[in-house]
Amino acid sequence: MTQFLEGFLQALFAGLLIGAIYGLMCVGLGLIFGVMRVINFAHGDFMMLGMYAAFYCFTALGVQSVFGNTAGPFVAILMAGPILALFGYIVHRALISRVSGTRTSLLEGDGHYAQLILTLGIALILQNGGLIVFGSVLASIRTPLSSSAWELGPFFDISIFVNKARGIDAVVSLLTMTLLTLLITRSRLGKSLRAAADNPVAATYMGIDVDRAHRIAFALGTGVTAIAGGLLATNYPFQPFVGLEYVIVMYAGVVLGGMGSITGAFWGGMTIGLVQQMSTIVLPTQLQNAAIFVVFLLIIFFRPQGFFGRMVERT
Amino acid sequence: MMPSFKSLAPVLAFAVVYAAVSLSITNSYYQLVMTLVLVWAVFGLSWNLLSGYTGLISFGHAAFFGIGAYTTALGQIYFDLSPWLLIPIAAMLGGLAGLLVGFPTFRLQGHYFALAMLAYPLAILYVFEWLGFQEVTLPIKRENPIAYMQFSDGRAYTMLALAMLIGTILLSQWIERSRFGMALLAIKQNEAAAEAAGINTLVWKLRAITLSGAIAGAIGAFYAIVLLVVTPQSVFGMLVSAQALTVGMFGGVGTVWGPVIGSVILIPLAETLNAEAGTRFPGIQGVIFGLAIVCVILVAPEGLFWKVRDLLRKRHVIAVPKPASAYPIPDRPLEPATVISPAPKAAAKVVAPAEIALEVRGLSRSFGGLKAVQDVSFRLRRNSILGIIGPNGAGKTTLFNLMNGFLRPDAGEVLIDGHNTVGRKPHELCEAGIGRTFQIMRPFQRMSISDNVVVGAYVRAKTDDEASKLAAEAIARVGLSAIAHRMAGELTTKELRLMELARALAGQPRILLLDETLAGLGHGEADEVVAVIQQLAKQDVTIAIIEHTMQAMVRLVDSFLVLDHGAVLVEGEPETITRDTRVIEAYLGKKWAAHAQH
Repeated sequence: MTQFLEGFLQALFAGLLIGAIYGLMCVGLGLIFGVMRVINFAHGDFMMLGMYAAFYCFTALGVQSVFGNTAGPFVAILMAGPILALFGYIVHRALISRVSGTRTSLLEGDGHYAQLILTLGIALILQNGGLIVFGSVLASIRTPLSSSAWELGPFFDISIFVNKARGIDAVVSLLTMTLLTLLITRSRLGKSLRAAADNPVAATYMGIDVDRAHRIAFALGTGVTAIAGGLLATNYPFQPFVGLEYVIVMYAGVVLGGMGSITGAFWGGMTIGLVQQMSTIVLPTQLQNAAIFVVFLLIIFFRPQGFFGRMVERT
Repeated sequence: MMPSFKSLAPVLAFAVVYAAVSLSITNSYYQLVMTLVLVWAVFGLSWNLLSGYTGLISFGHAAFFGIGAYTTALGQIYFDLSPWLLIPIAAMLGGLAGLLVGFPTFRLQGHYFALAMLAYPLAILYVFEWLGFQEVTLPIKRENPIAYMQFSDGRAYTMLALAMLIGTILLSQWIERSRFGMALLAIKQNEAAAEAAGINTLVWKLRAITLSGAIAGAIGAFYAIVLLVVTPQSVFGMLVSAQALTVGMFGGVGTVWGPVIGSVILIPLAETLNAEAGTRFPGIQGVIFGLAIVCVILVAPEGLFWKVRDLLRKRHVIAVPKPASAYPIPDRPLEPATVISPAPKAAAKVVAPAEIALEVRGLSRSFGGLKAVQDVSFRLRRNSILGIIGPNGAGKTTLFNLMNGFLRPDAGEVLIDGHNTVGRKPHELCEAGIGRTFQIMRPFQRMSISDNVVVGAYVRAKTDDEASKLAAEAIARVGLSAIAHRMAGELTTKELRLMELARALAGQPRILLLDETLAGLGHGEADEVVAVIQQLAKQDVTIAIIEHTMQAMVRLVDSFLVLDHGAVLVEGEPETITRDTRVIEAYLGKKWAAHAQH
């Protein structure tokens, strides 16, 4: 019994910690989807770039020598955010904006076909380009914290071990999330983003540049996911095709939370993290990810508007 | 309908050329590429059958493909069955999977459907990994190669794949032309409108996904036989689903040739790059592949086929400026001035027996706290025109939605010929004789008026010929026969409204619900449409029409029903309604009501 409880609590904590990172990852995608209604298949690959950006900031740009092995990785990870935001801004301006936003009315199926295939094309370029540039060797942002843990307890013979790197990851993730939420809810920029998301036509009449709002949302979303990717990289090694593994987690999280809701996306990602870790108690490890999809399908059937969303797609 | 030679010729030409080219190739690697081109083309067509025609994008076609592949692999290993038998079995299992997946998933719309589909193959992928089928190799059968489809000459596979492709193309073309394809296109355009036109949308979508799954299962099975090795990633992985999307969208969505063009261009490109530069730059083929996709989508976002077709058509139109002269019968719309003669109807009205075509009793419906329609009752006399007016948000469209089955009322009944119809689906009510048009028009831009209208005729027609006859009649009734061949994309708002009307008429309704048919029309144009509607009322059609302006309506209707805040404000003849202070109040506010008195 004690053993089960200990396993349960350990899985719960692991789920919460990984869930915090998944949550941030989903928030990035949720922001883009919520504002632009574009399904971005390349988002996992933007995250992969974020991982490599953090990796090279840490090793090649001298962050390691200035900040050391303990704080250095986190500084590098936070640097990756703006770098990828800039990248996202450029990609949107050069490519995505051609088939989204105010131009979609001219296209078949509101431009969804074009957006899908375009982002699939970008994903292919990034994955394979990454293979050429970075090589297929597994990389990771290791810190001494990755291999040490805090011990919580013992309470009644039960102690929980919290990996230090993951603990700090979760804190950084929550801080980023809080800052982003403040930006969206409090600032003028956030208001224009929400207006553009809610009703692009009305927003245009109110003098909001909807295409600019899309560009900013895309940049912000990319930057936020890049940070999440960097945080993930402190514990999980990565390679150029890592995006494929996570893009599905991201979409599951965004749908769970209710498409268009930023807070929802965070809790959606958190749920995915919890389901993934908790399922190991009852299921073999290989079925961890199958469990995610089953939960995903169940929720999509019984509550398609997600936890926080409302039904927007009507006849 | 027999496929005409005109549509068969390109297929045959393609088959002959492709067969000739592939038979002349001796290099076994290129033979494999020639086969794979066809495999992905068939897979793309299977995806197109569901997603291209219905507009419901599937990210999960790998589920059916993978089921097919594992069926052959495991069937051969554990039961020693021949692929000749396993491919049909795989098709059946794929179709069954399609049905099982479709039934719950079609409840979802738009992005939700697309993303839910994503989950199926990935969930199956992990299950197969867990079951220990990480890498399944098909047993080599040297003693009986033909029975086990293990040919030493790679060209045999190409020929088999070509046969499968031709079969799939012909099947797709048949679907495109038949009421099946028309139903799917109608769903893509506007699912609600399709349902209102008498199309049982769920049944057609299920048929589409079953057939699509069956084709994907069969070609997945064949893929396993060609490659001899099956891994979960190579048949259930996301890249497999993406492959179907890529060839389909690159070549053009919603056409048989799209996936074929996409596959013929992209697959050899990727394979050649892989062979030539793959060792020095691993992944170079992916980069070039990706770049090609990005470039094409920026130049031709709807796919190559449509881009080229539009270009050719444009040139054709410039070369032959007046194709309309080829059509002999200029049955122009009835001259508006002569038909709109106000007032003589008053006399006829007394004589006509007050037969009730439709009766609404105490109809109510709330959305949360909002009482959209509350306790509405009225009667629709046969062959009369009832105008339902009211300010925006008065509940007019909701009332129509309750009457034709889109919404269930909280209370009340709708009686047609004395029978309560509450609870019946829109397509059933369409069969029972209720036709309807919509505020928002979403015509098929690239289809002619005739093809747009024929969708509405299937509810009455048993055969495709009968449907086109009904469509032609409906087009004549609204006076569009002279331009029936024109593409909907080239029409004016007035012509589009008339086309919508014709579509509703094609199902030969007894009762027609028109939702803001006059909206967005200029004065003269509105008069023309009004004339057509009046003519219909004389031809044994009972009409209820929604507008929020009264102007054009006063001359059109026999009586008015005025709604405000979901309830009936007043009901009566046009002359009394226009002078009613309550109506003026609802429209203009109290101040003006006082003015209008004087």
